[in-house]
Amino acid sequence: LAPRHPMLKKRDSFEDILEERRHSSDLRYALRCYTPTLYKGLVPCKASMLKSIVLQSDHLQYVIKQVSSESGDSTECVAEEASLILDEMAHRLQLSTVRFFVFTLSKAFKRLFRSVCVNEEGIQRLQQAVQEHPVVLLPSHRSYMDFLMMSYLLYMYDLPLPVIAAGMDFMSMKFVGEMLRMSGAFFIRRSFGGDKLYWAVFSEYVKTMLRNGYAPIEFFLEGTRSRTCKSLTPKTGLLNIVMEPFFKGELFDVNLVPVSISYERILEESLYARELLGIPKPKESTSGLLKARRVLSEDYGSMYVYFGHPVSVRSLTEGKITRSQYNLLPRCIPQKPSADTHEFLNDTAFRLVRIQEGNMVLKPWVLIATLLLQNPDGMDLSSLAEQTDWLRHLALAFGAFLDWPDHAACSEVISCSLALHRHLLSVSAGHVQLSVTDAPQVETTPEEAVFHQAVVVLSCASYRNQILHVFLRPALLAVAMQSANSNRKDDVYNCFNFLRNMFSSEFILCPGDSVQDFEEACYLLMKRGVLQVLEHEIVMSASGHSTLAFLSSVLDPFLQGYQVVSRYLCEETNENLTEKEFIPAVRNFALKLILAGRLKCYEALSSDLQKNALAAFLRLKAVMKVKVGDQVTLKVNKIAVNSLEDTLGKSDVISHQNSWWSRLVL
Amino acid sequence: MASNSSSSTAQQRLRIIAGHLQKRPEDENASVAAQECKAEAPRSEPSSATPVPRRRQEIMKWNGWGYSDSRFLFTKKGQAEFTGKRYRLSGLILPSLKDWFEGTFGANLQHRSPATPSLNLSAVAPPNLNQPFVEDLKAAGLVVSHDPEDRVFRAHGHCLHEVFALREGRIGRVPDMVVWPSCHSDVEKIVELACKHNVCLIPYGGGTSVSSALECPREETRSIVSLDTSQMSNIHLKDVFIMRCTAVTLTLHIVSLTAGSETLHKASTPLCLSRNTFPVRLLNEHGYCTGHEPDSMEFSSLGGWVATRASGMKKNIYGNIEDLVVHIKMVTPRGVIEKSCLGPRMSTGPDIHHFILGSEGTLGVVTEVTLKIRPLPEYQKYGSVVFPNFQQGVACLREVARQRCAPASIRLMDNEQFQFGHALKPQVSSMFTSFLDGLKKFYITKFKGFDPQHLCVATLLFEGDRGKVLQHEKQVYDIAAKFGGLAAGEDNGQRGYMLTFVIAYLRDLGMDYYVIGESFETSVPWDRVLDLCRNVKERIVRECKERGVQFPPLPLSRVTQTYDAGACVYFYFAFNYRGLNDPVHVYEQVEHAAREEILANGGSLSHHHGVGKLRKEWMKESVSGVGLGMLKSVKEYVDPQNIFGNRNLL
Repeated sequence: LAPRHPMLKKRDSFEDILEERRHSSDLRYALRCYTPTLYKGLVPCKASMLKSIVLQSDHLQYVIKQVSSESGDSTECVAEEASLILDEMAHRLQLSTVRFFVFTLSKAFKRLFRSVCVNEEGIQRLQQAVQEHPVVLLPSHRSYMDFLMMSYLLYMYDLPLPVIAAGMDFMSMKFVGEMLRMSGAFFIRRSFGGDKLYWAVFSEYVKTMLRNGYAPIEFFLEGTRSRTCKSLTPKTGLLNIVMEPFFKGELFDVNLVPVSISYERILEESLYARELLGIPKPKESTSGLLKARRVLSEDYGSMYVYFGHPVSVRSLTEGKITRSQYNLLPRCIPQKPSADTHEFLNDTAFRLVRIQEGNMVLKPWVLIATLLLQNPDGMDLSSLAEQTDWLRHLALAFGAFLDWPDHAACSEVISCSLALHRHLLSVSAGHVQLSVTDAPQVETTPEEAVFHQAVVVLSCASYRNQILHVFLRPALLAVAMQSANSNRKDDVYNCFNFLRNMFSSEFILCPGDSVQDFEEACYLLMKRGVLQVLEHEIVMSASGHSTLAFLSSVLDPFLQGYQVVSRYLCEETNENLTEKEFIPAVRNFALKLILAGRLKCYEALSSDLQKNALAAFLRLKAVMKVKVGDQVTLKVNKIAVNSLEDTLGKSDVISHQNSWWSRLVL
Repeated sequence: MASNSSSSTAQQRLRIIAGHLQKRPEDENASVAAQECKAEAPRSEPSSATPVPRRRQEIMKWNGWGYSDSRFLFTKKGQAEFTGKRYRLSGLILPSLKDWFEGTFGANLQHRSPATPSLNLSAVAPPNLNQPFVEDLKAAGLVVSHDPEDRVFRAHGHCLHEVFALREGRIGRVPDMVVWPSCHSDVEKIVELACKHNVCLIPYGGGTSVSSALECPREETRSIVSLDTSQMSNIHLKDVFIMRCTAVTLTLHIVSLTAGSETLHKASTPLCLSRNTFPVRLLNEHGYCTGHEPDSMEFSSLGGWVATRASGMKKNIYGNIEDLVVHIKMVTPRGVIEKSCLGPRMSTGPDIHHFILGSEGTLGVVTEVTLKIRPLPEYQKYGSVVFPNFQQGVACLREVARQRCAPASIRLMDNEQFQFGHALKPQVSSMFTSFLDGLKKFYITKFKGFDPQHLCVATLLFEGDRGKVLQHEKQVYDIAAKFGGLAAGEDNGQRGYMLTFVIAYLRDLGMDYYVIGESFETSVPWDRVLDLCRNVKERIVRECKERGVQFPPLPLSRVTQTYDAGACVYFYFAFNYRGLNDPVHVYEQVEHAAREEILANGGSLSHHHGVGKLRKEWMKESVSGVGLGMLKSVKEYVDPQNIFGNRNLL
């Protein structure tokens, strides 16, 4: 599925779709004749007919009877409930609403973005795929813009408009919720774990649309917008729903199309940072959206949409799924996925997210952000230019999809990037530093100052995070080599594997791929001349030190952050730490360390990192969840946490963060 | 007892199909008009009421299907014609076949791929004879032969790869000798001697297998002896007696021509009721029938039916072979196995008949079978229904099955097969008929709005006493109407049934012009019929493309049997192989993929063709490891020396 060696990847070129919009009438464009390419097996049906097909389906009828006999309610009553659920959920796709959106979005996009770039070869592949088999679109999710842009593009290229699985929170936005519904969004509750009826209505609704070829189904594998710009651990529920019609033989094949949407500057940038620092997310509301109009006056650079190669579910499952396991029960009876199906789904979801990652366009600013974060005291412009250039070559060698302007001097590229992100920086006398630019000058408490700085750091980190997937495996190896007791390959591998397990909630690391990941890391570093991998030993080359040091410092904030969490768990917790209290408590703990000058790493304040660290400790059984009444408390095995911290601490030898560069220069 | 001119099933069907083939204008309107069974002798009295000759090659093709004198060919003018005098289609011109053939396959009459004209005897390896065994056989007075032609004829069934190799003159391992027993005790003697001298026996009945069941296993080092049961048939015809078991069920005891190994199912005519292989005519003369009419019944044998769990077209009335069999006698290396009475049902542990039914010649030779017989039906009527699409058709058949009112036969052809059937329409004799054809087409496509690219046809055959048939017919047509079906006359119905008997002859024609094809079948629960048909067809198209087939393949499907819980689905699949190096290998890979697709979609490994060696690899998956172990332990007990070493099934 994903080529193991990213350098071998070939990527398409981009077209700017705003170019034409700037020269012709948006109104005429919104009203133009729209004749999408259709699926060859399409069963034509109206949105209203969908409802009765779903309600009459054997599957739903079966579940209605089951629920009715379990609850004692009459089947009519349960059926009525199902019908209400469906009303709440269903989209009402209308071309006129889409045309309205196309008109307004054309205006908005032109103001927000310098360009919106799309790989047209990807569009052509999609046009082909849409005709052959039902299609599932899997975009990455970084911004609210994502699905608006998707529908906009599909309309633009005469592709069938998708129906989009959206979170229920949108629906509460008056008017806008209904508008989204009429442009193809259908709404699902965030959690409905045990609700059989809800699950049945929802899954049957999605499957019916897929089976009939009604429209491409679009959903986000990551489940929600990533606040950190790192890809999130994918969810498999919806993936299972869209694959089941294939597993059960109802469809010959389903095409999954990963789509990577990347932004030069994210609209929600500082919102996300605040959210991560515990300033709660404002509830989606129409008035909030109107306030966000301020957003329209700023420059957000370019946006990139890359349509990946369609992935056939049939070829994915070959040799992995025995479809005959579904032979013995009538297909209308819902079945939980078997253990190997579950493993397959999980594996596939990870691979698809890795494809999304691989096709994300990285701008020069991402490299600059990486360097600035490693130099909290700022850098000289000249040294920044030098190091950025060095980093650029390293990134390219590791297969990064870097959009570096042709024929432009490095310093020019850098000053452009700095200009676009000036709100995160202070530049004076040839010295650049991450800093608070719009902070009120009125006196602030030290805590507030820390938080203001943290907003800047986390905003900046969200750019660095975009390139982490490129460096991740070599970086894990670099850290492993520092913490391993010897150069022996198996020692290094054990350390690598430990770190991989530790960080598997933090980064996209396919479960079960640790050997391949290790080999990939060795391969990349060997090719770069950093390492020599012998039969039993891994030896660093003379020139490799700086690269290894750079790679280690990429992971440094995470290593430090996890140590803060483990220190908190060991030192501060009592018997009654509830799950709910965990995040604010760790945040306070980290804040105190920063104020005391004992911690420089602002990223330790990020709730995302704290959550992931807790997940790691839970996974490694150093912390247990215990249910007491209706509270979930965390039971800490301090000895286990301590030993994990020790192991992490061994890796954390680079306290002088920028030491790698001086070694390179020497 | 009914005389020869009474309502014999065979003659009835012959006459009706003949009527359709030599169309008389007044038949055209008679979409629901009942037909009386009139005494009318079939045009061609079966030419060989005698059993199959020992030298089968004298009347049958050595490298193709059926009789040597009957074949399709394109005349110099490019018109298709069926030669010979045996069938109602014989001597007729099929004007639209050429266009359909060229249009569907991208074939061209200029591009020929003719077969090797005659068997190259030097290509046949000299026999590996077990002399003491041969001498003992001769001493026992048995007829044997090691003539290369006799041996080659019994080395194959009718799988594509088998016939293709013969056409190219390639001969693989063939039996070293043929022996023709003429009675039960002959068989006992042969089996006893085979055990004594350790030779491998492969029972041979009609040679219509399509599961590689007759292929000599490559790894077999012993002398292989083909045990041809064809000479066992007529000997005991005089011994026929009828037992009245109940008022309605009669049992006929026939010492049969019998065999073990082959699958019966290759299309052949249901018209020519088994002149040589089964004394059906005699039965009919007495006013009875077995009702078992597999499409290959012209050539296949009773023993073969038993050994492969055969299914007949009219199973809805008469049942499949397992329902028809009352008693079986089989000679095994351990001795003779049979039940002690003719009781209609027994609770004596697992039914020992079920070790024999479907044993595919691995356990022994079936020498006697007692079948139930039924009075010949008074009245018979064909019919057909046009549906706007295949989905509606399947829904209708399912409802018919649910109401348990299936006629003797009900089959649903998909659109492609319907068009194929149309290409086999003989020349119309009058302007009036072609005018009517045009009108009908106009009515269905324009007035009723059926899309000619989607409509499909169910063919029906009703049997029974006249009043009931008419009542039954109304019931079925009423159900069909609920699913958008329109009655489409007897004509279409008959053509549908004709297709099954000419298809095997047609394959030989295709092979003359770079087109190869084959059929395969499965059974599947009702709710999966549509998905299975669609997925298997699509898989075939995709696999062909991936394997470099230059022309679009033609996959056809047909629902041929209905059951309470599901249906039997039959596929034909053919493609033009110009430009391929190893077309048979490509074909086999595609069929293999299609079978995997069938199994993945909830279909069975086989409904009635059997497993043979072709589908062995899926047996464990199909019946579980324990199931396979049970079958193996039976084999181990019955035949520890593996005398019946055709290596089918297990």
